[in-house]
Amino acid sequence: MIPAGRRATALGVLFALLAALLAARAHFSADLSAFLPRNPSPAQRALIQQLRGGPAARLIVAAIGGADAATRARLSLQLAQNLRRSPQFDSIENGDAATIARDRDFLFAHRYVLSPAVTAEHFSVSGLHAAIADSLDALASSEGALLKPLFAQDPTGELLTLLDSLSPGRAPRTLAGAWSSRDGNLALLLLQTHADGSDLDAQERACDSVRSAFEALRRALPPGIGRGLTLTLSGPPVFAVASRALIIREVMRLTALGTLLIALLLLSVYRSFAALLLGLIPVFGGALAGVAAVAAGFSTVHGITLGFGITLIGEAVDYSIYLFVQGRGTPQRDWRQSVWPTVRLGALTSIVGFAALVPSSFPGLAQLGLYSVAGLAAAALITRYLLPAWIPARLPEAQLARLGVRLQLALAQLRRWRAILLLLPLLSAVVLYLHRGALLSEELAALSPLPAAQQQLDEELRADLGAPDVRFMLILPAPNAQAALAAAERLAMRLAPLTDTGTIGSFEYAARYLPSAATQAARRAALPSPAELRTRLQAALAGLPVEPSTFAPFEAAVKTARDAAELTRAQLAGTSFATAVDTLLQPAPDGYLALVPLAARASGDLSGAAVQAVREAVAAADVPGGVLLDLKREADSLYADYLAQAIRLSLAGCAAIVLLLLFALRSVARVARVLAPLVLAVAAAAALLIACGERLTILHLVGMLLIVAVGSNYALFFDRRAQEGLANALPLTLASLLVANLATVLGFGVLALARVPMLADLGRTVAPGALCALLFSAMLSARPRHA
Amino acid sequence: MKRCGACIGVLALSASAALAQSGSDADFGKLMALFHERQRSHVSFTETHQMAMLKQPLTSSGELFYEAPARLEKRTLAPKAETLILDHEVLTARRGKHEHQVALAVYPQAVPFVESMRATLAGDAAALERYFTVQFSGTLASWELRLTPRDASLAQSVAKVTLSGEQAAIRAVEIRERDGDRSLISIGPEIPP
Repeated sequence: MIPAGRRATALGVLFALLAALLAARAHFSADLSAFLPRNPSPAQRALIQQLRGGPAARLIVAAIGGADAATRARLSLQLAQNLRRSPQFDSIENGDAATIARDRDFLFAHRYVLSPAVTAEHFSVSGLHAAIADSLDALASSEGALLKPLFAQDPTGELLTLLDSLSPGRAPRTLAGAWSSRDGNLALLLLQTHADGSDLDAQERACDSVRSAFEALRRALPPGIGRGLTLTLSGPPVFAVASRALIIREVMRLTALGTLLIALLLLSVYRSFAALLLGLIPVFGGALAGVAAVAAGFSTVHGITLGFGITLIGEAVDYSIYLFVQGRGTPQRDWRQSVWPTVRLGALTSIVGFAALVPSSFPGLAQLGLYSVAGLAAAALITRYLLPAWIPARLPEAQLARLGVRLQLALAQLRRWRAILLLLPLLSAVVLYLHRGALLSEELAALSPLPAAQQQLDEELRADLGAPDVRFMLILPAPNAQAALAAAERLAMRLAPLTDTGTIGSFEYAARYLPSAATQAARRAALPSPAELRTRLQAALAGLPVEPSTFAPFEAAVKTARDAAELTRAQLAGTSFATAVDTLLQPAPDGYLALVPLAARASGDLSGAAVQAVREAVAAADVPGGVLLDLKREADSLYADYLAQAIRLSLAGCAAIVLLLLFALRSVARVARVLAPLVLAVAAAAALLIACGERLTILHLVGMLLIVAVGSNYALFFDRRAQEGLANALPLTLASLLVANLATVLGFGVLALARVPMLADLGRTVAPGALCALLFSAMLSARPRHA
Repeated sequence: MKRCGACIGVLALSASAALAQSGSDADFGKLMALFHERQRSHVSFTETHQMAMLKQPLTSSGELFYEAPARLEKRTLAPKAETLILDHEVLTARRGKHEHQVALAVYPQAVPFVESMRATLAGDAAALERYFTVQFSGTLASWELRLTPRDASLAQSVAKVTLSGEQAAIRAVEIRERDGDRSLISIGPEIPP
């Protein structure tokens, strides 16, 4: 018969293979999805759609620096020309004369269906008289020379009306024929990728295309000029790609570092490679099980989850430490009876704590929970059923025992200082009170792994381009594209007065470039027949210094517009308006969405009164289902929801741990004794973070739950020793606890170094917290009964 | 739109006019040197624009402001308030609450005019002569500067620009367009701050 241990090993290998299969099939991601809720509200869904596929999420800003303005501009034009051939980009704008000319030609050709000024009144005798008199005034002005060629074709000034409505923001500065930054040191391009903002692989390819195209152009220049040229990319796709790369890099780096440090620790304790490798089996088995569980439970495994996995190293390695160190000197069966129940209870408290995160609507947390539950369960099971068969024959027992004896002496000293712990709640309360206004971080941005300098640069470049980050957006749902355009038109009529009064700076909508069929028809119907127009012109020109014959081109243009077919999206091709229409009029699962982004005057945010005025305009405009979305507020409220939920879940996790302990220990006094050092450790960790100037994020709160979950292991060992009074085994227990604690502190400590805030927050909370948990457990431990 | 160059020319030359103040030798180079010294200027103007398609010329009047090195503002007060600002390469026109911005690069024919202004304000005769054939005639007490565009795209719309002045004060700028229309800007004395 095969020994039980070997059978367990075979079973373990089988499970490992299964888990490896699941893990290998897992789809890994590192996009925003870790931050986005699993069950969004309608407003949140709109927010997510904008964050993922909205126009803003697909915008790359390219800045060319170095050399001289002419070289930069030439490079910008060539770069745009080369990239326009790629299907990766929907549009590339850089202020080149050709596109501007095409835009102007389009507006001029279709001015009578595009201009909101075209009404029957506008083309009456008095309307024509007033419009032509206005145009004469303009002709007399300094702009006159600019307008002269238009006068005979467009005496009612429709092109100027259109240009007025089109360029509400400040146009980017143009230098040597291409857009440049305000200071004139960078040539700027605005690229819209074809792929969704959430398709990071495609975004990465798009970024690479821009870089390699630039590189090719730069190399073609004489080395003296080319060498100084630089390309900087910015914008959401670039950030998303960079974040992913950063997360992957950090996870790899920290995993390697954490594993190395813990391996060194174990090696110095065990003095045996075999023991080290065996000790790492639960860790890797747990990690594999964790990834497999997340892969099975979620559509994608978030990169950040793997980062959290580093924490598993620190915790899972503890089990084998307890086994190897405490299991020495006693027969296996003994270990199972004397040590394993405590390890099991410790593992269960950890698992219960992590399990509380699984229902989180914050996918990042839910994955962390599931990963840890599966990982810890696997690590504990491997330690219990698989490792005992392989327990190393030789370990530096005497040395560990010596360490234990020293610790035992220290323990006695520590107990004497326990009264100091009474000060801790007081001290923490003082720290928390002093920082009471700045305890919690309330912005989603707190979790962003991007350096603030990069975000700052992005804001500057966007300001230079007159394309500020959109914060306020109206979303109008409609059953079809025409209805969406019509809704946007009805809303635009209500919003126009708000821009006139300066309540809002500007707004944008698709029907500006592609009016609804009904509006087009109405404008065409407002144009008089050729004979009628001639008669009216005769009358309208009375008292004006112009002969009617001058306006033959005008009469022809009106006739052409009157007879023209409906303007469609196809005719926008080649203009920059095509992209605008495509982004402002989006197909949705149940019809179409018309988007109307709003901008404040200057660069500020809309005031509360302005937002109220916009809401009133929406209410008055007959656009059923229209909502004003404050993207920043939605994002922050999303974060606030997560924060509130993280607090609830952490408390629920703690409550579950208390219940579990009550059930297992069956003594309120013992549970209180186990929990007291943990509560103090949490208080100390929180006070330490706050005192260091951190604002608590979700991950800090989760870290506090983990202090309780992980720290309970230490407290439980002290509790068991006190109960059983196995004083002779105390030195080894203490040694194993110290080693296990150091492993945990190393695992989380490494995480504290992460440049990804989510990982660093967790590490900075748990590493000191776990250390405190052991220290306080020791200080508060009862003297063994028979000692 | 193609005639934008003409209005830039008006601006450019009006700037020169606004600058010329103190006396100097009857020498083009020294005239340039004087422009370079001036940091700001403020004068009044009256403009008469004759166009073939109109039965009578259009007149307007207002004030010109210049600020070294490259900002020029033409503030028309009558018949309708309107402001035209040239700042580096961007032309901004404000009428009522409306504002248009045009990058000169979009109108390449306007660029040499801008360069002429910059060259003039910098006192750089060589740069001025890169874009125009410059003919300086008369005496410093009564001189004339005739500028003929060298650039083909410029010459499409503007045939000739003539500045005239006394000492270092420009009194008039005349722009003859290719189609025969002409614009005459009369410039008043410096308005004290």
